[in-house]
Order: sequence, then C-alpha cells, then structure tokens
Amino acid sequence: MAAPQPINVEDLNIYYGDFRAVADVDVQILPRSVTALIGPSGCGKSTFLRTLNRMHEVIPGAYAQGTVEINGEDIYDPRVDPVNVRRRVGMVFQKANPFPTMSIRDNVLAGVKLNNRRMAKSAQEELLERSLKGANLWNEVKDRLDKPGMGLSGGQQQRLCIARTIAVRPEVVLMDEPCSALDPISTLAIEDLIHELKQEYTIVIVTHNMQQASRVSDRTGFFNIAGTGEPGRLIEIDDTEQMFTNPGNTQTEDYISGRFG
Amino acid sequence: MSTTTPSEQQTMMRPADERRLPWYHLIYTGIAGLVLATAILAVFDALSIASAILLGFVLHLTIGYLYSRFREGRRWAMDRLMTLIVIGAFAIAMFPLLSLLWEVISRGLMRVVQASPTPFAFWTTDMSGIIGGADAGGVLHATIGTLLITLWASIISIPIGLFTAIFLVEYADQGWRRVLGKGVTFLVDVMTGIPSIVAGLFGLALFIAFLPEGEQGVRMGIMGSVALSLLMIPTVVRSSEEMLRLVPMDLREASYALGVPKWLTIVRVVLRTSVAGLTTGITLAIARVIGETAPLLLTVGMVTSINWNMFDGRMATLPTFIHQQYLNGNATCMNDTVTNPVNQEVYACTVTTNIDRAWAAALTLIIIVMVLNIIARLVSYYFSPKISR
Amino acid sequence: MSTTDTAPHPTRERSPSMRRSGRRVGDSVFGTLSIGAGVLIFVTLALVAIFLTSESMPAILASQELSGTADFSLIDYTLPLIFGTVLASALALAVAIPVSIGIALFISHYAPRRMAAGLGYLIDLLAAVPSVVYGLWGGIWLVPRLEPLYLFLNNTLGSWPVWPQFLPWVGGEPVIALFAGDPTAPMRNLASASVVLAVMVLPIITAVSREVFLQTPPLQEEAALALGATRWEVIRTVVLPFGRSGAVAASMLGLGRALGETMAVLMILAPGFTFSLHILEVGNHQSIAANIASRQAEASGVDMSLLVFTGLVLFVLTFIINAIARWIVSRSGVKS
Repeated sequence: MAAPQPINVEDLNIYYGDFRAVADVDVQILPRSVTALIGPSGCGKSTFLRTLNRMHEVIPGAYAQGTVEINGEDIYDPRVDPVNVRRRVGMVFQKANPFPTMSIRDNVLAGVKLNNRRMAKSAQEELLERSLKGANLWNEVKDRLDKPGMGLSGGQQQRLCIARTIAVRPEVVLMDEPCSALDPISTLAIEDLIHELKQEYTIVIVTHNMQQASRVSDRTGFFNIAGTGEPGRLIEIDDTEQMFTNPGNTQTEDYISGRFG
Repeated sequence: MSTTTPSEQQTMMRPADERRLPWYHLIYTGIAGLVLATAILAVFDALSIASAILLGFVLHLTIGYLYSRFREGRRWAMDRLMTLIVIGAFAIAMFPLLSLLWEVISRGLMRVVQASPTPFAFWTTDMSGIIGGADAGGVLHATIGTLLITLWASIISIPIGLFTAIFLVEYADQGWRRVLGKGVTFLVDVMTGIPSIVAGLFGLALFIAFLPEGEQGVRMGIMGSVALSLLMIPTVVRSSEEMLRLVPMDLREASYALGVPKWLTIVRVVLRTSVAGLTTGITLAIARVIGETAPLLLTVGMVTSINWNMFDGRMATLPTFIHQQYLNGNATCMNDTVTNPVNQEVYACTVTTNIDRAWAAALTLIIIVMVLNIIARLVSYYFSPKISR
Repeated sequence: MSTTDTAPHPTRERSPSMRRSGRRVGDSVFGTLSIGAGVLIFVTLALVAIFLTSESMPAILASQELSGTADFSLIDYTLPLIFGTVLASALALAVAIPVSIGIALFISHYAPRRMAAGLGYLIDLLAAVPSVVYGLWGGIWLVPRLEPLYLFLNNTLGSWPVWPQFLPWVGGEPVIALFAGDPTAPMRNLASASVVLAVMVLPIITAVSREVFLQTPPLQEEAALALGATRWEVIRTVVLPFGRSGAVAASMLGLGRALGETMAVLMILAPGFTFSLHILEVGNHQSIAANIASRQAEASGVDMSLLVFTGLVLFVLTFIINAIARWIVSRSGVKS
C-alpha cells in the first residue's frame, strides 16, 4: 500500500444558499493521526467536517467551493462521485444511529448489504468480527449478534456505529461530537478506541469538550466566528500540546481559557 | 350554601362555592329524570323507550342543574350541566353506530346462515337464474368483482401514490423540484376533496372518449378501478408521506455516510424502516375505497354472474349489489314458490328476499372492511420498529 | 487490533479513484420514477378538469342561456340541485357540529386517559362503515323511526307561531318554515337524508377537533385550574378559544364530505326539484350527486352532458369549501 497522503484543503468556502457559513479554510490534515476541531457553537466546525466527505450535500441548499484533496484526488472534481467519496471517508454522528430494523450483525455489515455487494459468508463473518473487535465491542456482543442493534446501551450503540463505519474500510473517519450524548464511562471507552483507530485511519473529530480534544488528538484546530451573520473561520491549527499550552492567537487563548464559548 | 355576590366578574376567584356533591348524585338525578319522563309520557299516552330516554335526558339536565345550583352554586352547576351534555353527545354518536352494527349483523347473519339451499350458500352462489321473490342467490360474483376492481385500483394507485410520496419527501427539497413538490401537495389536497361521484364521471368520460361511436354504453371493471384510483391515490400519498417523514434524518445520513447511493438508501433504509406504517396506511386506503358505491354505479354496472375479465363487460360489486337489492324493494309473491320459466328451477318465495340479501351483502362488505382495518392495526402494532427520538 | 494491523484488507486497494464509473443507473431510474409520479398527479388533475369541461360543453352550448333556442335552461336545472345539496349539507352540519365538538371534548378532556384511545377508535369505526350501508340503514331502519319525531315537530313548531295575515308573501305561513308543510309516510324527506349525512360527517369533524383540543398547551390549562376554575371554565376559557379555528376547519372538511356524498341521499331521499324550505315534506329536494347517480343509467347525449355539467359545479363547490378549510388549517398551524 502506498504511504498515506495528507488531506489538503485549499480555499474552501461553504454556503447555505446565499449565506456563507464557513470562509477560506486552508488546512492540511495529517494521515494516521487524530485532528480535533474545537470552537464555539455555530462556528462552522461541523459544517466543515461534513464537507470532507460531501455529507453537507444532504442538507438542502448547502454547497462548497474550493478543493479538498484526498490521496491526491480533489473530491469536488465534477467527475467524482460523492458515493465513492463516502466509501473512502466514513462518518460517525453525534447521536448513535444504528438501523432500527437490523440486527447487530446486519448493522455492522450494513455497508456491504445496503450496497447489494456480494460477499462470501466466511468473509462476512471475518469482517464482522474484525470490525467489532476494532470498535472494542466484540466481547460485549459476540453472544447476541442477531439481537437488534437498538437494544444496546448508548455507548455500545455509538461503538456499533464506529464498527459499521470501519467495516467499509475507509481511509478517513470523521466524528461529529461522538460522545456528546454519552456518560463519562462510555466516553472513556470511545476515547480509548480513537487512540487505537489512529494506527490505521486518519481521524477528524469535532468536539465541544476541550479536555477531550486535549486527551485524544495529536493536532487541534480552532474555529471561530466574528459575530452573527459572519462566516466561521479556521483561526489556527497546531499540535495539540502547543495549542493548549501556548496558542498563537489571542482568540484561541480566550476560548481555551474559558473566557467565551 | 353558596352566597352569590353581585360581582360576577370575580366568580373564578371566589372560594364561597365549592364542589361538594359526590359524582354518583348524577345517578339519583338521572333516575329522577327518567321516572318523571316516563310519568309525563304515560299521561300523554306517548310512551316509548326512545322518547322516555330522550325526555329523560332533557329532564336530567334540568333537574341535575337546578339541584347542583341549589347545593353548589352557579359555577359548579354549569360545570355539571356541560359534563352531562358532553357525555350525552358521545352517547348520541354511539347510538347510530350500535344500531347500525346490530341491524347489519343480526339481519345479515340471519340471511347468511339461512338454508337456501344450504347455510352459507349466500357466499358461494351468484344471482344467475334468480327471479322475483326467489329466496336464493348470493354474492359470490359481487365479492369477486369487488376484490378484483379494488385489486386493480390498488395496482394503479399504490405505485403512483408511493412514488409521489417518495418524490415529496426525498426529492422535492430544492430548486424546481421544490416548486413542483408544492404544486403536487396542493393537487393532492384537491384530489382528496373530489366527490366520489365526480370520480365516477371522470372514469366514465375518460374511457368513453376513446371508445368508438355507438359503444358509449360499454362498461367494464377497469373503468371502475380507474375511478377508484382517483380516490385512492391521494389517501395513499398522504399516509405514505407522513410515514416517510417519520423516518429520522439520522438514518438516511448513516446510510449515505456508508457510501450507499440515494436510491438504495430510500429502498433499503427509508422504506424498510417505515414499511409497517406504509402497509397500515395503504390497507386503510384500500378499506376506504372498497366500500365506494357511486363511482361503480357509473362505471361497472351490474350483472348476475361472475365476470373475471376486467376489460370486458359489466361486473357486479358488493356496494352496487346492496344498492340494487335495496332499490328492488319488496318482492311480490303469488304463491309460496316461484319457478324460473327457463330452467324450471323452483324456489321458495319470500317478500323480503331482496332486502334480506341487501343486509347480508352489507354484512359481507363490513366484514371485509373490518378485516382490512384489523390487519392494518395489527401490522402497525407488531411490526413498527421502535425508533428512538 | 493485532489481527487488523497485519492483514491488508482486500477492499482497501479496490478502486484508487473516486471518479464516477458510468452513471448510477439505479439513482437515475428511481429519481425519474419519483418525479414522474409527481408529474402524473398534475396530468391526472388536468385530465379531470379537461374531461369534465369538455364533456359538459354540449350542454352549455345547447342551453337556453347560450343558444336561446333549446328547451332547457342550465340555470333552472342546476339551481334547485345546488339548493338541495347545500340545504342537506347545512342541516347535517347543524346537527353534527355540536355533537362532534361534544364528543371531541369528551374524548380529550372528560374520558379517563386509558379509555380515550379506545373511544377514539370507536368513533373511527363510524368512518369505516361504507356509505351504501348507511343508506341501507337509513332507508330501512331509521326512516320509519323518525316518523313520530317529524309528526311531533310538524304539529308543534311547524304549525304555530304563524306570521300575521297582513304581511305580504309570508302572511299565514308558519314562522319556522323548516318544519312546516305536509309530511307523508314514508318519510323519505330531506330531514332524514340530513340526519344520515350528519352521522357520516360526525367522525371527520370529531377526529380533527379532538386532535386540536389535545394540542391545547397544558400549561395554560393548569394555570386556569390553579386559579380554581371548574373543568367547564377551563374548556370555555382555554380549550375552546385555542381550538376554535381547528374546529371551524374540521367543520368545513365535514361540509366538503357532505356536499359530495351520494349514496345516503340517493337511497333515502324521494327526489323533487323545488326551492322549498319544508324539509319534512317528501319529494321536494334532490342533491347534485344523487341526481347524477339516479339519472346516469338512462342519460345519453345532451342529457349526459348536463349531468357532467352538474358534476363540474359540485367539483368547484367542494373545491372552494376544501380550499377554505385548508386555508384556515394552515393559518392556525394545526395539523390534521
């Protein structure tokens, strides 16, 4: 396998209809590492995250201008199929959303089954086990794989969603506040999992929780807005340690030290 | 006792009058009203159960109000009066429902189980060769006709209705599709209000326009199905749309994020999640059109025997059968028996045979409608996924 | 993790490019079908309008009003039918609205919570009964049983008070014209048809008003209760003002249904074509829908065209009523 390349975002602007939500983002996201995005509510960090796998296109009126290069290929090239982008860049959402009609097994294999892709039974079982192990969920659910996914606890559901995402074998996993609806113990389990996942995947995580950002990430980016109606901007991005000890920008410092947000 | 102050404005705040009568005093005042009503009606020689209950209720209102007014004051008396009126309204609505169901079941069942020639022959024979007051015949042909016509109406309506709902929920989100979606929603509302007789006129006019001159009298099953579709499509669209909108956006996003194309997301996630609701809605839509009469009077006519061909000739249906038998009214019986002059079959003659058949057919129709309704409820009860909100 | 680290995954190196490999056939077919279904709705309603109009053209063109020669008048034919339709529906609503509101209040505010759903289902059962069964029940069971009530009303309110003799036109006529006249058995009159229509629209009005009453903000109700209001005072001061527009819209929907109902009128009413207000008299009235149903079998040519014209009138009438209902609903923000 070729050495993984960074994600290059150049001059990215994101709009909701006429409203520019995020302006002029230029950033390089390093491969096989965790990048955390922090900032006050409404600063556009989640919107930006969605543009990394074109999920913003699901929202009516939303569109992006600029380039996002993954493995040297611009995902906004008109010849690129967003469906293929999403197979390479997976996403985990704020609220765990397992498919209510599916068992735990089918939820993990959803990427295969929903796409009508043929796969040998043994390969399916192998993928199932590997994905659930990868999401640290195997031991908890291996005896009830055919029970509905909705029957799990909130934290388990979220790890099930992570298993479902990595079963598609993406290169990048995007996480949109994955722990905001979870209790501290489940949050810890997910944070441990993120640590393990970065061996194999490039991870971008949006979080409201600065302690979490400092715990899990290698690099941290700070988004902010100048005011209502103004677009969000990436103020700065740096190594996490640097950001939390000695940020380069006063806005970042104010936010991290709790003066606003 | 309540002390009525002159200031009526402050009644809500006044602690003077209280609720002090137990609820079962209503029984006493009720009995008092009923006894009084019976007495009055007996004096005027107009006693009947219906009139006693009616007058008794009115007297109950009066007595109950006055007694409460005397004991509890104006506000509580008004409250009790309105409680009685509201309960009365409910009782009034129950009255036609119970009476109708009782009439249909008792009179219909009597005809269905009656040995003419064998019990339940009503459901296994048709009307061919039945003349005058002959106490025979059945609704097999009409039942088959009803099921066939409704089946074809469903074949037309369900795909159109379902795809329209999918369009409204999944595609009409922006640009010209949004404008089209608004137009479709409006037109579906208009369609909901189309009177059934107008749907029948449309079905008739549509086919007659394409039939050659001189064949304007042609009627066939498919004309009825098209007319019924006009009534069924808006119901299917509305219920399906509601069900599809209940599917959380989360699930669509989860599917898109796994790299599943839009159409597979709709089929495998959205439709799969809402399938119980969709089935319920569609079953109820079928139950609604299966009893439609007016459009079928215009488009499919009536025959006495089974016709399996939707595209050739008239068809009998249960609703039009009920109407026709009702129209025939009482038969005339010269003798105890009536003989078919063609095949020399002899039947017992009954004056009320047509009306009896109408009730029995009504029972058949109601059974079908109720079975559909029960299926719909069971499906929605047992197969709905529990979506966390 | 050790297992995942060592084995390179087969799908990982699959397609190095994210480019479109041909069009997604499934997506375009499915999208086309969906949009096509939406367009088909447009086409269908356009066809309904076109056919109703074009089929009624012969009658319009041949009528006295346009040709000046033909022996029938469109207006003289249609107006009594409109009168009969509107009168029957208005009477039905006059009976059904208070009862429905009462039932809706009973279910939403009086019945125990556990019973409410079941009672609602009972009322919905009324809506599930086919109209032809209502016609049968009304024609055979109800009509004879209403006779004593009609005779009572006719003998009392229908004959006394009377307008003074010196008044023009109405002199000597009963003040309450509705119950006046000369009712004869069987009572296949407009009143009977209206009673059955009332039963038929009852579940519609009840269902929508119940929904609206249940949406009353609980805080407002509790605030009124906390001030010591009785249940009726809560309803009068909070629930009814909140639900008024919803109840009005529900009644309009019921009116739309009553105007278009065929079978109950067809099977109960002995038809006539007058502008009489005497609803207890037999053979005075007819509704548009029932008139079409009873005459279509023998009608052809201009006669049929005339019936289609009345159908068009009915369509427009119900359309206007439903449009008003929808407007009220959308304005009040209540979902039906």
